[in-house]
Order: sequence, then structure tokens, then C-alpha cells
Amino acid sequence: MPEPIKMEYDVPGDDFTRAGAASGDVKSVLKKLGLSSEAVRKVAISMYEGEINMVIHGGGGKIYVEITPEAVRMSLVDHGPGIKDISLAMQEGWSTAPESVRNLGFGAGMGLPNMKKYSDHMEIHSVVGEGTTVDMTVQVI
Amino acid sequence: MDTTNFFHSVTLDRDKCHGCINCVKRCPTEAIRVRNGKAVIIKERCIDCGECIRVCPHHAKQALFDPLTVMDRFSYKIALPAPALYGQFNNLDDIDLILGALLRMGFDDVYEVAKAAELVSDATRRYMQREDIPRPVISSACPAVLRLIRVRFPQLLPNVLPMHAPIEVAARMAKKAAAQKTGLPMDQIGAIFISPCPAKVTAVKMPLGAEKSWVDGVLAIREVYPKLISLMREVPSSAELANAGRMGVGWGSSGGEAAAALKERFLAADGIENVIRVLEDLEDEKFYDLDFVELNACSGGCVGGVLNVENPYVAKAKLKRIRKYRPVSCNHLPEDDDLSRLLWDEPVEYEPVMELDADIKVAMEKMNRMKEIESRLYGMDCGSCGAPSCKAMAEDIVRGFSSEEACIFKLRDEMRSLASGLTRLSQFMPGPSINSDVEQDK
Repeated sequence: MPEPIKMEYDVPGDDFTRAGAASGDVKSVLKKLGLSSEAVRKVAISMYEGEINMVIHGGGGKIYVEITPEAVRMSLVDHGPGIKDISLAMQEGWSTAPESVRNLGFGAGMGLPNMKKYSDHMEIHSVVGEGTTVDMTVQVI
Repeated sequence: MDTTNFFHSVTLDRDKCHGCINCVKRCPTEAIRVRNGKAVIIKERCIDCGECIRVCPHHAKQALFDPLTVMDRFSYKIALPAPALYGQFNNLDDIDLILGALLRMGFDDVYEVAKAAELVSDATRRYMQREDIPRPVISSACPAVLRLIRVRFPQLLPNVLPMHAPIEVAARMAKKAAAQKTGLPMDQIGAIFISPCPAKVTAVKMPLGAEKSWVDGVLAIREVYPKLISLMREVPSSAELANAGRMGVGWGSSGGEAAAALKERFLAADGIENVIRVLEDLEDEKFYDLDFVELNACSGGCVGGVLNVENPYVAKAKLKRIRKYRPVSCNHLPEDDDLSRLLWDEPVEYEPVMELDADIKVAMEKMNRMKEIESRLYGMDCGSCGAPSCKAMAEDIVRGFSSEEACIFKLRDEMRSLASGLTRLSQFMPGPSINSDVEQDK
């Protein structure tokens, strides 16, 4: 069995233009590994949504990615304000994004729902005032 | 991999190649390396976009196309002028002058690709009424973009418009009509495309979506242009040959095809870097509410092709002027057309040339090695090893066609350690005397 591939990314907290760099890099790695189109798509979309969330709400943070022949695991860690009510945040259309962010076309309240939809497994751990960690898994086989 | 399957219309003049890395750096599929001081194209990866021809300062990269004598092979010759051709001339308001000059050049007939483009636009509009197709629909008319999607964006293949490009439609319609008119067998009728780009040459020799192309020869606009300039003066002003409207002629520059699809929610991107950015974003579903996406590998669209004469932006302006005098559209499909003549005969499938290995476990091992090698390199992306970046070099090493010694910075490190070793060795004196050792031992 090959060693899992591990990657780590810093997500800047204030720069929209750089959001998507990490998911883009992971996407190119997955394509080189020959993962199915469907798996690549699921990882790319769920991770991009998570990355954007980290920029808008989390003040940036770190993303850890681990790839095995069976699954792609992503761990998105920020030290932002945390999520008060996770079940509310999971509702489609619910957003606490400020007006300035909405004007850029973000903040439609689809971030977390899309992450849940495109990943096969998702867990959120959040403590108000301390930060949020989102773990997502996309099955490869 | 069977490289006989990969014909390319981009070739290298070895004598002119300096082995610099201009083309290596700009290739959108990382298909070029420098080996033994000369550029080498990795055939499976090349998409014939012509970017290397454009950037080569020594004109060593060249496009293959047919010589004018290709016309002599046929007893009945039909010219298929690309809409981009109309944008090459100064102070021209009348397409008939160009078409008349083509006839004087020795062609027996002319069939405008712009005319076929109007039929393709009509078919596109009808295709897009279907409920069962993934959106947005991505245009397939630019052969370089289609090949790019095939090697780099397999997820998007279901979105690609499975329709023959206007050039193919034009060749088939023109040849069938000529066969009926003249009674000649098909092989004596030649459909010859006057092309703005080398990717079209590849599309003719190695078509996607069909087994065989209907086009028999491809001439470069820049080769035909000087002939047309002199012959245009002889064309009588009464000639009435033009048969395409604004919509068809508009295909010659970026945005024309999308506008003719008559969809409000469309996007048109041109220039290979921009095209890649849009494809990446489409793959990540960053666009909502888009119906149609037009993509052209060349800046400005087909007027930006490397076989043109005029600057793309000037050509675009000229095309705009000439369009003004045309009706909106002159060609439509019959009401009950089932589009089958226009749709691809066979699907275009993913070509996994970027994969490290067919076995994911082996691919993962290679990826881990690649990351490890990359961490040892300097990240200068200088290109001296012949690869476009350190990452690409690491990949080349894992694939077995490069080695770390090819990195000049690694080489410098080696020489430094060798030099310091030499210095150390040169200063080496037979060590402390045996006597003093013996004394210390006491």
C-alpha cells in the first residue's frame, strides 16, 4: 500500500483573489493520480466552498489534505469567531456574510450545504470565540 | 502510448531553434522540453494551439499547411474561406470582392464557412432547447480548445457541444452540391479551406467527433492573401457571391458564435490562458446561470490565429465594418431537421495523457516521489533543465525522462561540495605526529 499523500495549505484571511488556490492545486494532483472525474469534481467543489468560507468568516487558516487510494480527506481549520448554531448554518440560504461580501457574489448561504452535498462525509467542530474545524471525506472507490 | 495517433501541425526547424525556453514556458499543456539544445514536442500532449509559434523569437516553430499546388490534385476545386479572411483587407466593404478573387485564383466555386456557421448556429439554438443536456453548453468549434478539454478537463466533456465545426459542415455541403452539379465522383472534388490557424490543419488530418474530415486541403490565409490583393482589382463590382449574414461572419472574432446562439446568459473567452481560467472555474461550478460558453484559444478569436496577416484587433474592427453591410442571417435549417447531419458521428473521449500511471497505487507512489524531489529543488522555475518549472521537472524525473543532475543549481551545489572537498584535501597534511599522540596517551 502506498504512503498517503499529504498536503498542507495556508489560506489567507483577507484575500478573495487567492481563495481557490489550494483547491486548484489539489485538483491538479488528483487529475495526475487518475481519479475519476466525479471524485475530482466532488473534492474541488467541496474544498473550494470551504476555502471561501475560511476567507469570509474564519479569518483564514490551514487546510490539511490526505489522499489514499480509497479516499480524499480534507481538514479545514480556522481560528475565527466560530459558528453559533450549526444546524441553522447548514440551512440553504442562511448566511451571516456582510453586505460587502454579498456584493462580490458570495454569501448566498450555500457554502456549508454544498460542502455537505459534495462530500461523502462531513463533520463540523466549532467553538464560539475559538474557531471552526470542518472535516470532509470524499470516497474515491 | 501509440504516438502514430498524434499528428501535429506544429513543427520545429531545428537549425533555427536556439534551445531557449520561451515556448517551453508558454505551452498550456506543458508539452515542450529542451533536449540536447533543441525544443522537443511531447506528441500526446500537444493540442496544436500555435502558442509556441507565436512566442518563438527565432521563428523556429512553424505551422504545417498545404502548398498552393494542393489545388492541382482536383478537377473541381471549392474554396472554403474562413470568416477571419474578411478581416484582413483595408477599406473593404464588400465580401464579393474577396470571393470573386478566389474564383480568379483558380477555384471553380466558393462556399463561405460563414454560411455553414449560420447553419451551425441554428442547430446550436435547437440543440440548446433540449432539457436533457448539462449546462452551460461549451462551444466545440475551436479545435485547440476541444483538444485542451480532452486532455485536461475531462469533467467538462459532457458539456461540450457535440456538433461538427462550420468548416466540416461547409466542406460536406459544398462537395455534395458540387457532385450533383458536375456529376464528378467525390474524389475529384476538392474542398480547400483558407485557414487562420494550424489547429484546423490537425482537425482535418485527425478529426475529433468524426472518422474522416470532408476537407481535402488547408491553405494559410497569409499565403493566399498576396494573391487575392492583386486579383481583387479585377473583380467586377456586379459580382454577387456572398451568401452569409452578420451572424456567420461574426464567428471570425471572439463573441460571434455566442451572440449567434441568441442566449442572453453567455460568456466568451479568448486567449489560451483566459480559456484555461474559465475552464477551471466551470469545473468548480463557480458560474451560475450560464447557458453558453464560447472559447477561443487565440486572443480575439479566429482573427488572432497565427496564419493571419493583420493584427487581431485591427482585423476585428475591419470585420465589424464589413458585417454592417450584410443582412442578419441568410441561412437556416429546414423546420423539421433532426440535426443528425450536424451532430458528431462519434463521441470525443478523455485522453489521460497527464496521468502519472493507470494504476492509482503506482500513481500515488510516483506523486509522493515527485513531491519529495520537488522539495529538494530550488523552486526557481528557471527552465535551464529544459522543463517549464521545477514541478514539471520533478514529474519528468518520476516519469523517467530527466534527472536531478539536469538542474544547474543542483549542479552548482555538487561543484561547491566537490570544491570544498578539494580544498580540504589540498590542505590535508599528515596528521599529528605519532610521537605527540604517544605523548598525549601518557
